[in-house]
Amino acid sequence: MLFATIKRSLLVTYRQPSELLNPLFFFVLVLALFPLGVGPSEQMLQLIAPGVIWVAALLATLLSMESLFRTDFDDGSFDQILVSPNSLILVTSGKIIAHWLSTGLPLVLISPILGLMFSVNEAGIIGIVISLALGTPVLSLLGAVGASLTVGLQKGGVLIALLIMPLYVPVLILGTALIDTAQLGGNYDGHMLWMAALLALTTGIAPIAAAGGLKVSLSR
Amino acid sequence: MLTACNLTCERDQRVLFENLNIDVASGDIVQIEGPNGSGKSTLLKILCGIYDEYEGTVDWQIDEAPLYLGHRPGVTDSLSVAENLSWLAGLHGQSLSQSQLANMLSAVGLAGYELVAAGNLSEGQRKRISLARYYGFNNRVWVMDEPFSAIDTSGVAALEVRLTQHVQAGGSVILTSHQPLELEVPVRRLLVGTT
Repeated sequence: MLFATIKRSLLVTYRQPSELLNPLFFFVLVLALFPLGVGPSEQMLQLIAPGVIWVAALLATLLSMESLFRTDFDDGSFDQILVSPNSLILVTSGKIIAHWLSTGLPLVLISPILGLMFSVNEAGIIGIVISLALGTPVLSLLGAVGASLTVGLQKGGVLIALLIMPLYVPVLILGTALIDTAQLGGNYDGHMLWMAALLALTTGIAPIAAAGGLKVSLSR
Repeated sequence: MLTACNLTCERDQRVLFENLNIDVASGDIVQIEGPNGSGKSTLLKILCGIYDEYEGTVDWQIDEAPLYLGHRPGVTDSLSVAENLSWLAGLHGQSLSQSQLANMLSAVGLAGYELVAAGNLSEGQRKRISLARYYGFNNRVWVMDEPFSAIDTSGVAALEVRLTQHVQAGGSVILTSHQPLELEVPVRRLLVGTT
């Protein structure tokens, strides 16, 4: 069922490519504008790169969060899932994995090119990829909890941001610190382990919380 | 197949129904009647486990999920008719062959629509996709909320024939409808919301 859900969600995204491209365009555009805005000074760009890249990734994910459960909720698919003998947690996990594959993964893949635009050195670029690869799944997982609670509301977008933003802060701090350390040639194992720990924690808890949130939203 | 005892449901500080008892056996067809807003849909959702703000017990004697049709048909717009039906079948652990799919679709008048995106169809046709499940899935209990709405006269007649077949084969049906059913088998009626 997990794989069936992932396959179905990816198929739906593939049929509506704007869902896939919107966060990616947002990410690229924001990061392309910064060097133009602050000028071509290499030192300045290297200094702001970690923060700017992470804030852009965070907002790009948030942008795509509202639609995560929306269509399945509106068209009654979740009613069918609840009636069926499948576990809602498994289906929710599938949807979160598909969300990361279609929004988080593209950000990770394109980030080295954007790192170059900020004249980040080689070690720094590796740091960017590692921090985003560990951090964006956490963003998808936490975002799903917010999305599940607000899916029953007509305009849930701002509310998701308010609910989830505080939870995103640790990821933002660790992610930027990791890139900073990597850029300066330091050892960033500690940051990496902390981010991996956050990922393990949210993987265990977020799908259960999101399934619970969906159940509440559906019982209205 | 299903026994529900002393069901009481309160919504927005209004009692929808109190101490309601339902017993559905094999071969039964139960029509739930009542005015708008009397809690018919809520009752069906409670029986199916979608809505759980209620008191009382719902006891399924079979370890198999019912086939539920709600107000929202559960059809995803961006997927094709065939993809929708195979997903819905997968939810119940069933798989559909090409010929089964073709039979189901021709039974609801959607033959040849396999590869059309559900979003390009009319509301009545989307409802028919959901109804097509009742011509191929092997669930024994059917729970249907207003199955006849948005369906044309010939569709209603065909569905009534299918309902009769299902209960004669030992299945059970619980449905809500505002129009009287014209079936060859006896229909049990249950009134909600008269108090």
